Amino acid sequence: MLDLLANATVAGLLLGGFYAAVTVGLSIAFGYLDIVNIAHPGFMMLGAFAAWFATDAWQLDPILAGTLFAPIFFVAGAALYRVYHVSFERRGDIGLRGLAFFFGVLFLAEVVLLLLFGADYRGLNLPYLETMITAGPVSVPLRMVLPFLVSLALFAALQWMFDHTFFGRAIKAVSQDPVALRLMAADPVRVKEVAFGIAIATASIAGALLITIAPVEPSMGRDYIGRIFAIVVLGGLGSLTGTLLAALALGVAESLTATLYGPSWSPAVAFGALLIALVVRPTGLLGR
Amino acid sequence: MLIGGYAATVAIANDYYFYAGYIVLQYVVLATAWNILGGYAGYVNFGSAGFYAVGAYTAAILCLALGAPLPVMILGGGLAAGVIGLAAGYLALRIKDVYFAIATLALAVVVQTIVDNWDYVGGTRGIYVLHPHHAIGFSNYPRLLFFTMLVLAVGSVVVARSVEHSRFGRGLAAIRDDEHAAESAGVPTLRLKLMAATLSGILMGAAGAPFPYFVSHLEPSSTFSLAVAVNAIAMPMIGGATSWAGPVIGALVLGGAQQIATVTISSVLNLLIVGLLLIGFVIFAPEGIVGLARRLLR
Repeated sequence: MLDLLANATVAGLLLGGFYAAVTVGLSIAFGYLDIVNIAHPGFMMLGAFAAWFATDAWQLDPILAGTLFAPIFFVAGAALYRVYHVSFERRGDIGLRGLAFFFGVLFLAEVVLLLLFGADYRGLNLPYLETMITAGPVSVPLRMVLPFLVSLALFAALQWMFDHTFFGRAIKAVSQDPVALRLMAADPVRVKEVAFGIAIATASIAGALLITIAPVEPSMGRDYIGRIFAIVVLGGLGSLTGTLLAALALGVAESLTATLYGPSWSPAVAFGALLIALVVRPTGLLGR
Repeated sequence: MLIGGYAATVAIANDYYFYAGYIVLQYVVLATAWNILGGYAGYVNFGSAGFYAVGAYTAAILCLALGAPLPVMILGGGLAAGVIGLAAGYLALRIKDVYFAIATLALAVVVQTIVDNWDYVGGTRGIYVLHPHHAIGFSNYPRLLFFTMLVLAVGSVVVARSVEHSRFGRGLAAIRDDEHAAESAGVPTLRLKLMAATLSGILMGAAGAPFPYFVSHLEPSSTFSLAVAVNAIAMPMIGGATSWAGPVIGALVLGGAQQIATVTISSVLNLLIVGLLLIGFVIFAPEGIVGLARRLLR
């Protein structure tokens, strides 16, 4: 029993690391830019299928493929922000219609994938991913460990950028005080455009991690909407460290629930946590 | 209109029209219900499918456990979803805007997880709920269901219309435009939000209540469907969210187009059309079809 719990906890931490990679894009968009991008999981699914295609057709490594596709996602994200800015942000109309807009984008991503790939599960068949790594009673496959490590690297890189570069600080400042930013000769719209591009680019990598962990089908993205919002809100808006910690906590909670009560209950963990978080402490664990 | 509907159930021979008509009318009810909270008060509900499913499952349980007749099923389904609506209303007291939208989504997933794991209603496998064999006054049961949905649709439009022209509706509009200002001006925002959320929930539940009879085999994936969640938002947004006519027009146009597209093209492609229309309308015609028509007529 103790071994089982130890295994479940470690598996949960690894899963949480992956969740963190999925969430970081939303954490940037929602936490720093005030853009409620509910379409983020849709971009992750696009990334997952792109990585699957590159691996299947061109024999690339999925994570390498996800990294190579990231610039394309960046451009798409920047373009999407332009549309969003011109249509909603500039009009000061970001509530109802902005939400409906991203809802529509999410929906489109799913339908496009359905049309291209059908509703079947697509998975990778790479033997090296099944290598087991054993430490004491705990034993985990490489396909879980690798995404965890990539996610930590992604976080470290982003955290460094936000703390130590002028541009990173400009992103953090843009929703708090755009006027001050303008006085420092940085165009807020331009800053947000690039930042949103970065946020979407992370979805390409997250998608590659998703396909590394398990087979995917187009409608899976929906399960992640609640999960990633739960993580962002629980971790606190505008805190990457909070996002990482909340993701790990949620991963462990889901994994333990799946082990103790069965996997069909684990979606309720994320959404239940989100409901409670929203009502009790909307500013999150490490909110600004 | 109801007489015309009844006459149609006698006159038209092809049963398919009643299946298609049932679905379109169901969307009239759902879109109208969504609009009471979303369009009038500005609180976006992403979890419509959850309310719809609560109505459907409550009705199924009432039917199987107590042998309740259809009107009782609708009443029960509506009340149960109304209670969930009230709960959502309490959420809306504390959380606003985006957070509320996400919370409703979370609510729907929690409800679905419970249903998925509930053996009495068959879990993910679903459960059979067969409608009675005889339909008094109608030649078969689907026609009775069609007429029932027509009554619900007309009823919900009447409710929405009277809400819109009442103090209640003006209060909700004030909340939508500026909640703080409304509160300072003495609008009882808390009570109005609770009332709107409950009313919206009741109507969504009522829309779902005849669904078990309609499909015979009730299962979570088709009851908590994305189509319901998306259409409930897309239809009022495309029709025009500020008046009662918007959701009705949106539901008739979009619902009708979907029925035609499902038959003639494919069901996936018809969802693509809905997505594109939704995005197109929120960008280029934020006031919807009603707003476009007003601009043209002016």
